[in-house]
Amino acid sequence: MGKHVVAAVSELPPGSRRLATVRGRPIAVFNLDGEFFALVNRCPHQGAGLCEGEVTGLVTADGPGRYRLERPGEIIRCPWHGWEFDIRTGQSWCDPARIRTRQYPVEVTPGSTVVKGPYVAETLSVMVEEDYVVVEV
Amino acid sequence: MNALSPGAVDCDIHPGVQGIKTLLPYMDDHWRDHMLRRAADDFDLASYPPRSPLVCREDWRPPQGKAGNSLELMQRQALDAFGLRYAICNPLYGGAVAVSDAMGSAICRAMNDWIAAEWLARDHRLRASIVVPAQAPDLAVEEIERLAPDRRFVQVLLPAAAELLYGKRYYWPIWEAAVRHNLPVGLHAGLAYRYAPTSNGWPSHHLHDYVAASQVFEDQLLSLVTEGTFGRFPTLRIVLIESGVTWLPGFLWRHLKTWRGVRPEVPWVDRPPPEIIREQVRLTMQPFDAPPDPEVVARVVEQIGSDEMLLFATDYPHWQFEGMAAVPAGIPPAVLRKAMQDNPLATYPRLQEAL
Ligand code: FES
Repeated sequence: MGKHVVAAVSELPPGSRRLATVRGRPIAVFNLDGEFFALVNRCPHQGAGLCEGEVTGLVTADGPGRYRLERPGEIIRCPWHGWEFDIRTGQSWCDPARIRTRQYPVEVTPGSTVVKGPYVAETLSVMVEEDYVVVEV
Repeated sequence: MNALSPGAVDCDIHPGVQGIKTLLPYMDDHWRDHMLRRAADDFDLASYPPRSPLVCREDWRPPQGKAGNSLELMQRQALDAFGLRYAICNPLYGGAVAVSDAMGSAICRAMNDWIAAEWLARDHRLRASIVVPAQAPDLAVEEIERLAPDRRFVQVLLPAAAELLYGKRYYWPIWEAAVRHNLPVGLHAGLAYRYAPTSNGWPSHHLHDYVAASQVFEDQLLSLVTEGTFGRFPTLRIVLIESGVTWLPGFLWRHLKTWRGVRPEVPWVDRPPPEIIREQVRLTMQPFDAPPDPEVVARVVEQIGSDEMLLFATDYPHWQFEGMAAVPAGIPPAVLRKAMQDNPLATYPRLQEAL
């Protein structure tokens, strides 16, 4: 396990997502209103890149025909067969007990801390006055 | 052949209505007069032409008249022969599908009273389904309310398809009434025939019609799941009667796969459809549509994924098997025991009551 810097916070504004490769693993990082989440970018169904899917809300209902749209922007639909995953937890909605996509811990760390190590920043140069999104893999 | 354990519950047996004359004593003045004056008869279902080989096994045909018209024969050929503890009567006749609501309702009422007086009262092993006019949910509910206090009626019976798909809100009152009285609802093969029995129109032959019947059951399950009926009535139990069985696993896989991809279209379906179906749907075991190899039968039973769904049935006097081979070879003994005893008692709670 190591802490990997994947982006500067300024590069990943709320509502955006970015694909990073950390220790050879494709990881999708999402900013939900200032909170960051990281999922492995491989759908547990047949391996599609989740990051390329549509980000939506969660459609629920209070009974037949009574639709509700909740949690806008917090669900990602796999681009291949439409399975939905909760960006916050990696849990699927089609079989939450059994099917989930792997999640990694994320934190925001100031550049001043990052430069002291033992953070790994393979692809970007760190500036002390910026904040960074750090994924633990 | 699988050995039948004594004391099985036969969940599908058919007393035959000889003709409208049989029912006249159970009709009110108006309807008796109407039937006689108009010489109205032949309310047999188009799905079951009286002379078709399906409708009666040759060695079960009565010397005269229509299949299933004699209690004595039914006792000898089915109740005694199979050592049944109970048998559930599902009379098939036009009341459920008549075009006129009022006439359909009158025929159904007469059928229920006839069954009670001439069958249930004469053999303590018999139980029955309440037949109702499917085309008029309010009248169907009236009939359910009228008969539910008679504990020998253990189910509500509907044809496999009527005016609309059964998941539509139009039918909610029927499910509500059934659930209120803790009665499962049986959907029996056979249609109203106001709409083509296939999604692409009318077939030319009885062969096509009967084989295609399982698709109608698939449609009804899809409708009941996707419209949210099962979710809205979580204690509703639907029994597919004479639907065949072996089509089920492939249907469950297809249903699950597609639901996973388009779940937000029907968000009230909040768990995998096969789970809902395994919990709320039961199937009678004749016909089973068994493959000839008993090992394949065992595999299909495993693929169904629940040992609680199957209900033993002979479908007497319909011609589904020869001799005593009411159960296809290959059903694991533990599954068969449940299908013959535990599952019927759980599905039809009234069978557990002392009368
Ligand atoms: S690969 Fe993601 S749903 Fe099939």
